[in-house]
Amino acid sequence: MQKIIKITIISLLIFILGIFFLSLNKSSNYNTESLVGNKLGEIELVSFEDDSIFTDDDFKMNSFTLINFWASWCAPCRIEHPQLMELSKENNIKILGVNFKDKKINALKFLKDLGDPYEYLARDSNGKQSVNFGIYGIPESILIDNKLTIIKKFVGPLTKQDLNNIKKIINNL
Amino acid sequence: MLSNTGNFLLLLSILFTFFIIYQSFVCLKKTNDTIFKSIYKISLLQSTTILICFFTLVGAFMVSDFSLINVYQNSHTLKPIFYKISGTWGNHEGSLLLWVIILTIFSFLFLITNKNHPKNYRINTLIIQNILILGFLFFILFNSNPFSSISPIPKEGLGLNPILQDPALAIHPPLLYVGFVGSSIYFSAAMASIITNYSGKSFAQSIKSWVIISWSFQTLGILVGSIWAYYELGWGGFWFWDPVENASLLPWFAMTALLHSLLVLEKRNILYFWSVILCLLTFTLSVTGTFLVRSGILNSVHTFANDPSRGIYILSFLSLMIFASVYILFAKYKPTNDQINSNSKETFILINNWFMMFYLITVLLGTLYPIFTDAISNNKVSVGPPFYNSVIIPVVIIFLFFMAVGPKVKWIKNEFLNFKDLLKIIVGAIAVNFTITYFFKSYSLISNLIIISSVFLIISTILDAFKKSKINFARIISHFSFGFLIFFIGLNHNFSIEKDFNLKLGETKKIDNYNFELKDLKLQQYDNYKAVVGKIQISDLTTNKKRTLNPEIRIYDNPQTLTYEASIKTNFFRDYYLTMSNIDRSDYYNIKFQKKPLMIWIWISVVMLSFGGFLSFIRNAKNN
Repeated sequence: MQKIIKITIISLLIFILGIFFLSLNKSSNYNTESLVGNKLGEIELVSFEDDSIFTDDDFKMNSFTLINFWASWCAPCRIEHPQLMELSKENNIKILGVNFKDKKINALKFLKDLGDPYEYLARDSNGKQSVNFGIYGIPESILIDNKLTIIKKFVGPLTKQDLNNIKKIINNL
Repeated sequence: MLSNTGNFLLLLSILFTFFIIYQSFVCLKKTNDTIFKSIYKISLLQSTTILICFFTLVGAFMVSDFSLINVYQNSHTLKPIFYKISGTWGNHEGSLLLWVIILTIFSFLFLITNKNHPKNYRINTLIIQNILILGFLFFILFNSNPFSSISPIPKEGLGLNPILQDPALAIHPPLLYVGFVGSSIYFSAAMASIITNYSGKSFAQSIKSWVIISWSFQTLGILVGSIWAYYELGWGGFWFWDPVENASLLPWFAMTALLHSLLVLEKRNILYFWSVILCLLTFTLSVTGTFLVRSGILNSVHTFANDPSRGIYILSFLSLMIFASVYILFAKYKPTNDQINSNSKETFILINNWFMMFYLITVLLGTLYPIFTDAISNNKVSVGPPFYNSVIIPVVIIFLFFMAVGPKVKWIKNEFLNFKDLLKIIVGAIAVNFTITYFFKSYSLISNLIIISSVFLIISTILDAFKKSKINFARIISHFSFGFLIFFIGLNHNFSIEKDFNLKLGETKKIDNYNFELKDLKLQQYDNYKAVVGKIQISDLTTNKKRTLNPEIRIYDNPQTLTYEASIKTNFFRDYYLTMSNIDRSDYYNIKFQKKPLMIWIWISVVMLSFGGFLSFIRNAKNN
């Protein structure tokens, strides 16, 4: 009897710890797969420099556009910045940066220090425009084609692997 | 500079810890019953080094030394000095350093305060505690180093999460840590006790004070976190069954059970293995809680520090701890034939333990179930208050009756229970309940039973205080406060009013017996945030009393974050609680109003509960 109890306890412990281990390897980020293939709604973003507006037409002439939501106060944005700088060298893609809930002076300093990968730069001072894009937190990036269809969405900082994936997608035209 | 100092001190602490373990093994081999003086000295040095290391980090936060990534990510020059200091433990790395401080100080204090216990038992406790310390020091050094430097040095920091910039939250982690990290010492002592066969009454006496003190701090820590959530998160309640709240409650249940089983062990020399299991369980649950919070597995408002690499380290550490303790326990376990009379105090204490285990398993299941379903079937489910309330509340009623009767029962064999007296108390409790329902409002059957059982506990505890010649004030205060706590929770739940509506500037809305008017909106600039402050007048149409509440929408600068600050008017009878939030593309504001009767008494009851613990600590220290 005692042996059975011991084996049960140990099996239970192994099961619980095993589940913990499995959970560790699961991303706690929300699933973005369902967004792929959807078309973005009407884009209307205020330019960072002046009060002009970016609309759908601005992005329809690009083969691909990566919309990147960032802020100077966001530490992971710093981490992903080198990837964006590298991506900006590619011909088939333009990057639209949406500066999220940020101070202009801090944002400019961020770009001055780390480089400016953005073809277009928009501001979203109160964070409301980004919500319309379904952004939960920053950094997040959305890759769209010239029909404004979502190809992929990246939650969290872009990694080197993400960068390679994007390069593969845009160069397989 | 501070980076080097910090890393040097960390390395020095590791060196001291290794040395303590080595010296302890040498000491074990000696046949005499004295512990080497050098062990005392190195233990003192170890605690001092860790303390200096911690204060070095505090210093870095105070002078905003952004050469440290930790300071850069969690502080800002414009932050008030109080929050610069509390920022030290308001993040994962710094809080781990606080962990190690408590581990080492408790280790040192246990060593010097238990001189009347055998050498082998104390030395084995020291070895196990220092293995734990070593594990955490390595974790800090290689995975979560608060002294990692950054180059080039940023001119400004990123700021501390605004919801953490709060006095209650500044003291919440240290209080809670004394509680659940403090439980490490009786984990180590329990392991040492099995290894050295040091069981029974003496073992109970050696750990009793440590259990009481950690229980008292844990209670206070949970309370402060709960008060913070009440006014900062804008949810308007005292407990939300949030997974991380649950993580702090799990060791509390185990500690409470242990606290009581030790009484039996001390008095009757029975329940030894059960007490040992509770010792091991308490600290294991504390580390499990830390793992769940820090690894990011749990989805909760508290999950502000997550990183899977941390998770894997803590999980490995946890697994090692669990299997080592289970192995030793199984190897040394001897079935005992404890004779317990069913009509005796020890039976009632054992019943208390069963109830605690029932609550523990319920909360554990509710907390882990979503993790399990997600891992096994990819199904995201959440277990909310309805589950906990429907499982726990009915059982609380029976529990309170046992809790009231238990202290009246004698050790070994009770002759009889004075049913006449108990009946009188029950009649009294029913009378109190019906007075409330008659004069104020009727409520559900289960609420009636909750109120009756809690009043029963309160009255019988008060009567105990008058009847007995030798009064145990600590027990009386704790049991009385627990009855009070449940009583006020019951009333608060049944008499609360909640309204949700939209209002724009200048508008008045009548809801039930209240008129709400948004009279004014002001923009105010503070040091590290600006706030839209609303002036909302609430007129009670039955009493014609007018009250003004000023909820805020705060916009913090670093990092830029929006928070909603509740405006709360408190007195001894009720809380008026109001939050205001802006509605996108509209000049309306969403208003959430709550009238919560006797709210402050819930907090006071918990303060008294932990005060009972502190009294018990003093009493125990005097007796020993």
